[in-house]
Amino acid sequence: MDHVTPSDYPSAELRSLDTLWFQVGGTVCNLACSHCFISCSPTNHTHEFMTLKQVETHLEDAVALGVKDYYFTGGEPFLNPEMEDILAATLRVGPATVLTNGLLLDSERCQRLGALAGSTEYSLDLRISIDGYSAEANDPIRGEGTFERILTGATRAAAAGLNPVMTVTEVHRDNVTSEGRQRFFETLRDRGIERPRLKILPVFQIGAETERSGAYESWQQLAKDDVPEDRWDHLQCSTSRMATDQGVWVCPILVNEPQGRMGQRLADTLDSFPLSHQACWTCHVHGVSCRT
Amino acid sequence: MSQRIPEDLQKKGLRRRANADVDKLTAHRGMATWGETLVPLGDFRQAVRKSGKELTSAERLVAVKDYLEASSDDTLIEGPFSKIIVFGGVYSNSFALHALLDEAQSRRPDAVYCLGDLGGFGPNPETIWPLLTESAVRSIQGNYEESLAGGRDDCNCGYADPRDNHFAEISYSYTARNCSSEFKRWMGGLPKRRRVRVGQRELLFIHGSPRRINEFLFFSSTSVPFLETLLDQERCDGILCTHTGLHWHRRLPSGRDVINVGVIGRPANDGRTEVWYSVLNDEGDRLSVEFLPLAYDYQSLASAMRREGLPDVFVETITSGWWTTCLEILPARERAASRF
Ligand code: SF4
Ligand code: SF4
Repeated sequence: MDHVTPSDYPSAELRSLDTLWFQVGGTVCNLACSHCFISCSPTNHTHEFMTLKQVETHLEDAVALGVKDYYFTGGEPFLNPEMEDILAATLRVGPATVLTNGLLLDSERCQRLGALAGSTEYSLDLRISIDGYSAEANDPIRGEGTFERILTGATRAAAAGLNPVMTVTEVHRDNVTSEGRQRFFETLRDRGIERPRLKILPVFQIGAETERSGAYESWQQLAKDDVPEDRWDHLQCSTSRMATDQGVWVCPILVNEPQGRMGQRLADTLDSFPLSHQACWTCHVHGVSCRT
Repeated sequence: MSQRIPEDLQKKGLRRRANADVDKLTAHRGMATWGETLVPLGDFRQAVRKSGKELTSAERLVAVKDYLEASSDDTLIEGPFSKIIVFGGVYSNSFALHALLDEAQSRRPDAVYCLGDLGGFGPNPETIWPLLTESAVRSIQGNYEESLAGGRDDCNCGYADPRDNHFAEISYSYTARNCSSEFKRWMGGLPKRRRVRVGQRELLFIHGSPRRINEFLFFSSTSVPFLETLLDQERCDGILCTHTGLHWHRRLPSGRDVINVGVIGRPANDGRTEVWYSVLNDEGDRLSVEFLPLAYDYQSLASAMRREGLPDVFVETITSGWWTTCLEILPARERAASRF
């Protein structure tokens, strides 16, 4: 397929830069979940931690471009030693959401984050990932004993006034029933999280992942005339960009593709992007949304 | 995506599928993930450096300027007025609408505006139609009107949570069943935006945001730089919106205003049974913005809702002032202030 040029693909226009993502924890993680779509682990340095200075440069650019909100991910963002300063700098210009695995939420950190959230008019949202409503469902994917540790982190965050959003991937079909969800709500309430917040990530993302473990078929790629009714508004690349320690990428999904890098600074990345990657097909067909 | 990896690197690379056959904890020593293949870190970094653009600072200024280019809007300008009343989200609450129109009688504004979402939540949607037309309320379309008029099978409110969607479906199908096609046609004829002059200021009225009819603009999740940019692009001195159900006002560093007028259809998740509307007054160099609580016969609304078989959780919101649905869409701050 080397003869194929970008003009053979549809391209997604950046309609408005609403969300700026930061790969603030790089691809370094204290877990190594089996489904992690960018294969993070303690030894994965494909992307490194971002520095406060790097983040500040992008924030300055983002203010000029009218960005609406900021999302932080990794790897595990709280492994980054400058993470709390980074959040403080961000909350001066807009709302922040952190996607975390919850393991590093000790009481002191939660206190500090609670104080930070109280000192700004913007929202500081924590999203803690969990894979199912019980240790039996979660631990085989995230690691032995993690269910308990995740809930402990979530409880501490809630006690500090940072009511986290639990993002649950419904890996096991039986969890789709509201029964499993109700039990999980009760578990959270028993631990003192009075108003549990839950976001359910649908099964198809995992499905898409399994599908991806085989090779793509040639038809699993977008063609030039595949233009949906809303153009490409449902895709993240029409409303967001992703900054990492190595520059700015088109979206959070393609950070492991060198060709996903659009430039050094945000101003270099305002053009449209050819949807030439097979991940774009998955993204378009299954929908990938990572928002709170 | 292996076809993108240079051939020599493909040979060096280690094919790695999801659920790898290599140990995840050590696999990345000195390696990077390129798509689904492990390649030496140095090679990945080098490919990264070659990808993308690096503009000069002058070029960057031009790129940003082009991106921020103002949109053109030929919407007719109404006014100038010196005092107006603006409200949103009637949600079929004819009792609150009655009370609001009584208030309008005594406050004598130059005009009364409704920012859309006429149906949903409450009972007997058709009852509000004559109230709006007889009092010459100037309305715009919300996502509810757009959906009803267009025959959509959902309200397009933009919720993401399954429970919220479940209740949204109940109210939408009830409303769709109980609106005549004439009423729906009328809704479809409402404008999607209005421009209104209050004193010297030109204000843009939309339902969700100028970009999307169902965009949620909450106080704590909408940055000031974003709002300033919107106002620049729309070339106006203020934006008035609704859709979220929670009222707020921001005076921006530029001196311009963004006002979410809230809704009169249900309480503002504040433990009070009153609903909220806004009054704008021209005070020469400044625009005064006031939110006022509106008491109405909520008991009668609750009875009518029960009679129509609408969900108990909706009735509970009306009688307690606390939301029981649509909570998952709230950002951290707004959620922290809620009861459930
Ligand atoms: S916690 Fe998140 S980033 Fe870390 S390995 Fe698991 S899925 Fe990947
Ligand atoms: S992976 Fe999805 S969001 Fe990223 S460029 Fe492709 S279509 Fe857009």
